[in-house]
Amino acid sequence: MTSPDTRATESPGRGPRKPLNTVIASCPPSGIRRFFDIAQQMENVISLGVGEPDYVTPWRIREAGIWALERGYTTYTSNSGLLSLRERICAHLRQRYGADYDPVSECLITVGVSEGLDLALRVVLNPGDEVIVPEPCYVSYMPNVQFAGGVPVSVKTDAQDGFRLHVERVKAAITPRTKALLLGSPANPTGATQTRADLQALVALAEKHDFYLISDEIYDRLTYVGEHTCLGTLPGARERTVVLNGFSKAYAMTGWRVGYLCAPEPLTTLMTRVHQYTMLCASHLAQLAAIEALDSAENEVVEMIADYDRRRRFFVKGLNQIGLDCYEPKGAFYAFPSIRRSGLSSEEFAERLLMEERVAVVPGNAFGPSGEGHVRCSYATALPLLEEALERMGRFLRRCAPAQKRHAVAVED
Amino acid sequence: MREILKILERDARASTEQIATLTDLSEAEVRRQIREWEECGIIRRYKTVVDWEKYGEEKVFAFIDVNVTPERGVGFDDVAERIYRFPEVHSVHLVSGTQDLRCVVEGRTMKEVADFVAQKLATIDRVTSTSTHFLLKKYKDDGEIFADGEGDHRLMVTP
Repeated sequence: MTSPDTRATESPGRGPRKPLNTVIASCPPSGIRRFFDIAQQMENVISLGVGEPDYVTPWRIREAGIWALERGYTTYTSNSGLLSLRERICAHLRQRYGADYDPVSECLITVGVSEGLDLALRVVLNPGDEVIVPEPCYVSYMPNVQFAGGVPVSVKTDAQDGFRLHVERVKAAITPRTKALLLGSPANPTGATQTRADLQALVALAEKHDFYLISDEIYDRLTYVGEHTCLGTLPGARERTVVLNGFSKAYAMTGWRVGYLCAPEPLTTLMTRVHQYTMLCASHLAQLAAIEALDSAENEVVEMIADYDRRRRFFVKGLNQIGLDCYEPKGAFYAFPSIRRSGLSSEEFAERLLMEERVAVVPGNAFGPSGEGHVRCSYATALPLLEEALERMGRFLRRCAPAQKRHAVAVED
Repeated sequence: MREILKILERDARASTEQIATLTDLSEAEVRRQIREWEECGIIRRYKTVVDWEKYGEEKVFAFIDVNVTPERGVGFDDVAERIYRFPEVHSVHLVSGTQDLRCVVEGRTMKEVADFVAQKLATIDRVTSTSTHFLLKKYKDDGEIFADGEGDHRLMVTP
């Protein structure tokens, strides 16, 4: 023993004995992670497990990033982000959705929606406050609420009605501690979009029971059926809503890590305060690239959206044909088919499909217990690969045929 | 409907059934529309982009700028026609600037292309001068990049 420290004699181990943060330590790792480790080591895998565009950032945006680097734009920006970018974002939201946000006091550039979500939750929640989260939902929602000291309260949505968020179910989940509702539409992993009428009913509920609305609209441009509604534009919503968005999906800029939030001034002021002390600012280069994206990449965006839509139609039809029942996802780039006919749990399904047919999908339970019975398939993949993936999945499903029969009987009963 | 053209422009072999699925139109509708476009010449023909060099076949291409004295009544049209009738001529454009016609000519050897220019092009009535630029390397042609793609840098599974 080299140290006279008394702790060393009291404990067999040498490490610290005080427990780490219990909220974080008791939060399980993402269900996606374990799966990723297996898939990454295999060859000839067609991956439908990817939550990002298969497009590379359009060249004109990359070129703007290179230019910015060459010119030495390598410094911090203001905490809120470049004003010229915030001005463009607010103009963009006004033009697209009629949203009314002041670029100076109601807009903040964040390191992706991920940071924006963290800021919104930290600012809105006091310890023990409840946040209603429709499920299945993006993997980060629940842990983020917990990390911010809140208590997530899930509200189930189902495939039968296209994962519509029923206002009655939300109403049933409301308690005196309800502080906010966190909604992603279009949604990852379901591809579901919420209608304007449903959202309006939700706003009425928020007004009546006085809770905040946190709206993750990162997939707004990837809406294929109907029109996206920016939650902040609904009557009565603006003063209690944080709109989160960014450049990752529409402009294929996931790795740039640049997003934004829009909210009324009192909220934005506090979110900027947290951002100021924890993040300082988003990457300067990425902000300049984002300006280029808004200024001149609209044609590319429209082309990409049209292409996702074509693949969506092809893939969803294909899934239904091979026996993986799938409602029509109206946004994002995910299909979330039911795997009931395989007779397997979503984890078994995903693991066996990967091992036996080398197709990677994400088990539905990674998105909450109500995602069980489904798998998430991303169709942000080249058409020939989708075709091949469907063939492999069809073959896999036929092998599960005995199970399929058993279930067919059970259903008829 | 424009959607159908975009699909065919990228993949001329896309079947009616595939196109119907991709566009959410009925197969009959797609078939009728395509036939109509074929008949009225909006769809001119279906072609395949071939990388002949990769196949092992050496071809020589040259861009040839041609100066022409225009003629009252026809302008450059008659000369352009005399040029584009040759099968070795891939394209002919009337352009602004110091040259009048810009052509792309194909041959098996440089000599063959040079001969074509000397014997056929330069001798056309009212052609006052030509300037030949041999193509050294094709990077992008007709929207197609002739190089390996950038690859998929995404991780296998991400949230």
